[in-house]
Amino acid sequence: MAKVTIDGQTIEVADGTTILQAARMIGPEVAPPTMCYYSKLKTSGGYCRTCLVEVSKGSEKDPRPMPKLVASCRTTIMDGMEVKNMTSDKVIDARKGVVEFLLLNHPLDCPVCDQAGECQLQDLGYEHGSAKTRTDFKRRTFDKIDIGNKIQLHMTRCILCYRCVKTAEQITDGRVHGVLNRGDASEISTYIEQAIDNDFSGNVIDVCPVGALTDKTFRFKSRVWFTKPVDAHRDCDKCSGKTVVWYKGEDVLRVTGRKDQWGEVEEFICNTCRFDKKKTSDWTIEGPRAISHQSVISANHYTKMVKPRELTLNNIKTIALTEGENK
Amino acid sequence: MSEIKFNDETLALVQSIIKRYPEGKQKSALLPLLHLAQAEFDGWLSAPVMDYVASLLNIKPIEVYEVASFYSMYNLNPVGKCLLEVCRTSSCWLRGANEIVAHIENKLGIKDGETTSDGKFTLKTVECLGSCGTAPMLQIGADFHENLTFEKVDALINDWSNKTEHSKYLDNSTFRKN
Amino acid sequence: MSKKILLEHIGVPGIETLAVYREKGGYSSVEKALKTMTPDAIVEEVKKSGLRGRGGAGFPTGMKWSFLAKPEGVARYLVCNADESEPGTFKDRYLMEKIPHALIEGMITSSFALGANTSYIYVRGEYFYIIKILEKAIADAYAAGWLGKNILGTGYDLDLYVQAGAGAYICGEETALLESLEGKRGNPRIKPPFPAIAGLYGCPTVVNNVETIAAVVPIVNNGGDWYAGIGIGRSTGTKLISASGHINKPGVYEIEMGITVEDFIYSDEYCGGIKNGKKLKAVVAGGSSVPILPAEMILTTANGEKRLMSYESLADGGFASGTMLGSGGFIVMDETTSIVQNLHTFARFYHHESCGQCSPCREGTGWMEKILHKILDGHGTLEDVDLLWEIQRKIEGNTICPLGDAAAWPVASAIRHFRHEFEDYVKNAAAIKNVKHYHNMHNLATA
Repeated sequence: MAKVTIDGQTIEVADGTTILQAARMIGPEVAPPTMCYYSKLKTSGGYCRTCLVEVSKGSEKDPRPMPKLVASCRTTIMDGMEVKNMTSDKVIDARKGVVEFLLLNHPLDCPVCDQAGECQLQDLGYEHGSAKTRTDFKRRTFDKIDIGNKIQLHMTRCILCYRCVKTAEQITDGRVHGVLNRGDASEISTYIEQAIDNDFSGNVIDVCPVGALTDKTFRFKSRVWFTKPVDAHRDCDKCSGKTVVWYKGEDVLRVTGRKDQWGEVEEFICNTCRFDKKKTSDWTIEGPRAISHQSVISANHYTKMVKPRELTLNNIKTIALTEGENK
Repeated sequence: MSEIKFNDETLALVQSIIKRYPEGKQKSALLPLLHLAQAEFDGWLSAPVMDYVASLLNIKPIEVYEVASFYSMYNLNPVGKCLLEVCRTSSCWLRGANEIVAHIENKLGIKDGETTSDGKFTLKTVECLGSCGTAPMLQIGADFHENLTFEKVDALINDWSNKTEHSKYLDNSTFRKN
Repeated sequence: MSKKILLEHIGVPGIETLAVYREKGGYSSVEKALKTMTPDAIVEEVKKSGLRGRGGAGFPTGMKWSFLAKPEGVARYLVCNADESEPGTFKDRYLMEKIPHALIEGMITSSFALGANTSYIYVRGEYFYIIKILEKAIADAYAAGWLGKNILGTGYDLDLYVQAGAGAYICGEETALLESLEGKRGNPRIKPPFPAIAGLYGCPTVVNNVETIAAVVPIVNNGGDWYAGIGIGRSTGTKLISASGHINKPGVYEIEMGITVEDFIYSDEYCGGIKNGKKLKAVVAGGSSVPILPAEMILTTANGEKRLMSYESLADGGFASGTMLGSGGFIVMDETTSIVQNLHTFARFYHHESCGQCSPCREGTGWMEKILHKILDGHGTLEDVDLLWEIQRKIEGNTICPLGDAAAWPVASAIRHFRHEFEDYVKNAAAIKNVKHYHNMHNLATA
C-alpha cells in the first residue's frame, strides 16, 4: 500500500496504482480529464497530454519534485507522493495549451455532429480551453470513410487518441484499421476496402471521445439531448446484453454500452445488440439511466425550470463576453 | 498484372534476414523487407506488394501499411525512374539548396513532388541527410552527390536521362548473407 | 594541437579494411577485454573514463551501463544508435565510412561488457552506402573469428547485425529506435520502463551512439584514468565535431574538449574562419535542436570568459546566454544569414519529423512552421511573434519524448536573441512581399 496526496486530499492505494486511478478514487473534483486513456484498454493513455499533473513531491524516500509535468494515466504512485492537479498553475496553463492543440485542427462542426452533447472534447474545451481561437490557418480535412454499413469514420474530427485501434486489437479478432502516415498527417485508416466485419467492431463508436466514429443507424436522427436513455438488457449469446437504449418518443433511436462517470463503457457490447435490436420488444427495460443533472443530456428533463434570459441585440454581446470570462 | 513474388535470390536473402532476429520476432525484418520490395517492384510499394510482404512475415496487412506510411523512404505512389532527393535543411539551405531546387525545377519543368511526363524523373525535397559539411547535396538511390553546382546537377540529369533502370537504395548484394 | 584518438589512423590508406585496421593495432581491445578482463571490470573502466553519451544527451555511459538489469536467463541486447539525423550532424557517418572496424570493435568489446550475445547497429536508411560498408566489414570480422561462436577461444559468442532504418529522425530517440527495430512505427515509448529494464523485445537493453561505442575501444586499451585525463572537467576525452555552414573548411574534426570556440572557428586546423571574409553572425553549436547563439555569446560567456568546446562551458549561462554541446553539429552562419529563414528550415524539419503520437508536438510543430512561413511571406504581425513564443512554451516539457523540446528550443532561442529580426520582417511586411528584393535591401543572402 502507498499513500498519495492529490490536491491536498490523501488516499491510501495499492502499489502499482497510477496517479489517475488514485485521483478517480478520491473523486471527480481532483481527477484530471482524459482524452486517450481508457481503463478497459491495455496500454492506452499517454498520448493526449490532457491529464498532465505536477508531482511536487516524488515520494517519502526521495522527496524531490519531478522536473516536468507527468501524464497521470501512465505514472505510478510512490509512497508519500504529492500531486497537484487543479491547484497547480503550471498544470492549468499546460492543459489550456493541450486543449488549444487538440482544437487546432478540429472542425467546429458541433452543430451538425452526432457526438455533440456527449463529446469529451466539448467538455474539455468548456472546462479548460480559452474562449478564443488564435489560429486562422486552414484546418486539415479528410474524406469520410464507411467502415462497413454501420460505422462511419469522419477522420477530420479525430484527435488520434488510439482508443479505437486498441479496441480493435484487444476485443476483436482481427484489426484491419490503424494509424497511417505520421505527424499531423496521421490518420486512422486502412488500405482494405471491404467492411470491418466483426461482432464487436461497434465498440469503436463508444470509445471514441469525439465524433470521428459514429453510428450510421443513428446518423442525424436526433440531438442526444432530445433522446431519453434507459437501462435495458436482453439475453445475448455474444455479450452481456446490458445496454442503454435511447428513446425518442416511442422509437428506439440507438443502443450503446453503459458508460460510467468517466465516460467509459462498463462492458463492451456486441453489434447485434447495438445495431439490430431497435424495437422495445427486443429489450427488458430496467428503468431510466441515471444521468448527471449537469449533463446536456438532462437538458430537456429539467426538474427545476430556469427562466431564460431575454436576448436582445444589446445584451447578447454582454452575455457572450461574461460567459467567455467565466471559463 | 504479373504475380508478385521476389526472385529466388531475394527470397533466400529474406530467409537469411529473418534469422537475424529471435524466434517469433520476425516482424523485425519488416523494414529491410520493404526496402527489398521497393527495389524489386518498380521503386514503390503498392497495396498488393505490402500484402505480399505481410504474408512473408506472417503479420496482418495493416501492420505493414502502418509502418510503410510512417517512414519517408517508402514510396506509396509510383515515382520516376530517377528519384532526385534534395536536402534543404539549415546547412544545405545556407549553402544554396533553394537555388539547386529551383534549377532542377526549371530544367525538368516540374515542381517539388512531381514527376516528369516521360516518367523519368521525380523531384522530392527532403530533410537533413547528414551531408551538412558537403552541402548542398542530393541523393539518387544509395548515392550521395555532394558539393553540388548547377553543372554537377546538369551532368547527373544528363546521365540519368539515358538510363533505363530504377534508382535504388539497395540491391541483393547490400545485405550480408548470414 | 588537435588530439586524435578515434581518428588517429584516419589518413592511413586502406584503414577501412580489416587487414590494415588490424595492422594499426585494431581489435586489441577485444583481445584485452575477452582474455584478461571481467565484464564488470570493463564497466568500471568506462565509469572511470567519464565518457558521456555522444549522441547529444551527454548522459554518463558507465552509469547507463550499470543500470542494465541482469535477470537470470533473459537475453540482453546492445543496440548501436547510428540513426544520425540531427541537422548539422554527420560525424557518425564519417567514422563508419572511413573506419568501420572501429565501430565493430567497440560493439564487440561493449557487448562483452554488457553480457549481450546479439547486438544490432541501427543505421538510418538514407545511409545505405554505409550499410553496405558495415555489412562488408562485419562479414570480414566473422571470417577472421572476431564475431560468431567462441570468439578467440574464450567461449564468448556474439552475433552482430546491421538494421536499416527507412527515413525517420524520431528513430534517433532510443525507444523509438527499439520500436523501429521491432518492425513497428517509430513511436517513442512512454517511460518508465526504461530500456535498461525492458528494451528490445522487452529485454534489458543498452542503446549507445556510434561515437560513444567507438570511444570504448581506446578506454579499454589505455584505461579509464588515461581517458579521464584528456579534456576538461567533466567533459573528458575527445569529441567529433561536424562543422558546416559559412566556414572555409567544413568537415568532421576530432577535438580535445576544452579548446576555445574561437579557436575552433577561426584556426586553420579546424574551420578556418568564415567564408569569403565575412563576419560571424550566429552559431548553432550542437545540432539543430540546441539554442542558437549570436556571435558574441558563442565566443564569450556572460562572465566575460572565453567559451570552450565542452559540455559545461557551452551550457554556461543556461538558456539565457548559453547553449549545449549536443551532438556536436556545429552550424556557422555569417552576417548575411536571415535567422528567421534559417529557423523556418528547422521548424519545417521538426514538423516533418514529428511522429504524431502526442498532441502538443503533432499540432504545435506544424503550427509553428505555418506561422514562420506567414512571417516570411510578409503577412506576419507582432502578435504572431508572441504567439510563436507561446506555442513553443506550451510544447516544451509536455511531450512524450524530447522531440518536443528539440522543436521548441530553436524557436525560443531565435526569438530570445534575434527578436528584432522577426519584428523587422513584420514591420516591413509590404517590402518583403518580394522576398528577394527585401534580402538585397538588407544585404542578406537570398538562398
